[in-house]
Amino acid sequence: MSAVQARRLADAELIVVPYRRVSVSALATNVILVLLGCFFVLPLLWMLFASVDSNPDWAIKLPSLTLANFADVLGREDAISSFRSSLILAGTTTVLTTVLAFLAAYPLSRMHIPFRRSFMLAILFASGLPVSMLVVPVYQMYVYLGWLDSLYTTALFLAASSLPFAIWLMKNFIDAVPLELEHAAAIDGASTFRILRQVVLPLTVPGIAVTAIYTFINAWGAFIIPFVLTYSPANQPGPVEIYNFMGSHGLFKFGDLAVFSLLFSVPVIVLYLVMSRNFSGAFNFGGAVK
Amino acid sequence: MAVAAGLGPRLDRERFQWTSLALLAPTLAMLGVLFVFPVLYACYLGFTNLALVGSRSRDYDFTGLENITRMLGDYVFIKSSWLTIIFVVGSAIVGQTVLGMALAILLRNALVSVRAVIGSIVIVAWVLPEITVALIWYAFSQAGGTLSILLGHTETNFLVAVPMLIVSLANLWRNVAFSMLVFSAGLRNLPTEVLEAAEVEGASVWRRYRLVILPLLKPTIVTNLLLVTILNLSEFTLIYAMTQGGPGIETMTLPLYVYQEAFVFHQLGYGTAISLVLVLIGAVFSLLFVRASRTQV
Repeated sequence: MSAVQARRLADAELIVVPYRRVSVSALATNVILVLLGCFFVLPLLWMLFASVDSNPDWAIKLPSLTLANFADVLGREDAISSFRSSLILAGTTTVLTTVLAFLAAYPLSRMHIPFRRSFMLAILFASGLPVSMLVVPVYQMYVYLGWLDSLYTTALFLAASSLPFAIWLMKNFIDAVPLELEHAAAIDGASTFRILRQVVLPLTVPGIAVTAIYTFINAWGAFIIPFVLTYSPANQPGPVEIYNFMGSHGLFKFGDLAVFSLLFSVPVIVLYLVMSRNFSGAFNFGGAVK
Repeated sequence: MAVAAGLGPRLDRERFQWTSLALLAPTLAMLGVLFVFPVLYACYLGFTNLALVGSRSRDYDFTGLENITRMLGDYVFIKSSWLTIIFVVGSAIVGQTVLGMALAILLRNALVSVRAVIGSIVIVAWVLPEITVALIWYAFSQAGGTLSILLGHTETNFLVAVPMLIVSLANLWRNVAFSMLVFSAGLRNLPTEVLEAAEVEGASVWRRYRLVILPLLKPTIVTNLLLVTILNLSEFTLIYAMTQGGPGIETMTLPLYVYQEAFVFHQLGYGTAISLVLVLIGAVFSLLFVRASRTQV
């Protein structure tokens, strides 16, 4: 009788005590997180609600539903042309950066190159230089070369400025590919280019995708470089157009402004969601800087 | 000897292959023309009186230290430097690092559903184009906006009342995901044996974090501080789109001042000189972090 009772008490202790201790801190953790989440959601909610509200203002409020704002923005020629410009600018930048970074990262990862370490350090240093420093000399160069106001030459500079980080990212991905496969291919007589195309390329597809998407997201949002290097209205990419819109009459048309920036944000969010699985791997910096 | 020479080059050492140069050539050309040259050119232009328009746009001179003397007497430059340091220390070094680490630790211990939802929202804020973030925070902080209603001061435009605080918060809101991801990866890579040992020895949660996890995370923290400082020092778009440096010059950090001097006041030479100071500030911060990480280990 007493033995049974003793066993019951032990059971109760085992279950109840640790369970209560865990639940208090777990509850606190989740509550704090939800509150922090509100801090992140509230500004976003304004954009979502105002975009479908027929009479929006600065505060978040339940919208009186309408699609007129969407019709308005999609009917604007400057809005459509800014999407076209952004696509050209970000697309060209991404293709250039990704191809060059892949080609450069392979020898930096695998081959014997004099001063390789110094080169990688210089690359790391270069990716930290502020664009503000480069914008004046590049503007001067572009004036001299007659390259101003073209989306393709602007993309050329965007590519150059995103290349250092892309090389660094890509090298980390190639470093992770096992060397044995390339040795086997080399012994079978494959040339370096063939190894690159048929062995390394297929194995680094996730890394290439991460690099490309990272570059695209940055180029899609790039503001100061196209702001300085292009001037004709037809060449203004989305961020510059939204900025102009805010400045001219956007502050009276909250709804249109919300729709414009919402539509402009959708592609990068979709791209991120596509890649989110592979994305966090890019943040294993660990002790990268020593 | 002769036989050895006939065998050709040594095979027991890695050799330079010309294909590597072919693969690197496009990158070297691109970086040489559009990166290294502009950097060197900036170092020269910073010591000239180049202007955007007028006679000085063609016939500019090397003016030695004139731009530097001018800076030392330039009230806006001094204020701008302080604002930059306040912005970087407040929003990035303290704000982003502390909130980023807090989020990483909390998310690690949260319910799976909470982790998935909150983690995604924080990352979406980071993925959004900066111009969108500028717009929604502009709306958030206006008189009659959500923030003013929450705080019960509907007449106050917080972007005018406390501009530096609002742009710092907006920047923190956008960029904290970066630190969160860095710390999450750092926490994931910690050796589990040490953590288990601390738990078995009966260390409290607080002691485990303070005495075991934080010291182990030190390389991650230093890396995070370095990257966050460098990324935030050159922040332009968010602040410019929200305030253009105003009201007055209350949010005129150095990148905005560079732009204003160079492209609004047409002083390309002086603007470039200011950008060189920005690089210098970045270098000083980086050295401090690297030094701090070495002395205490």
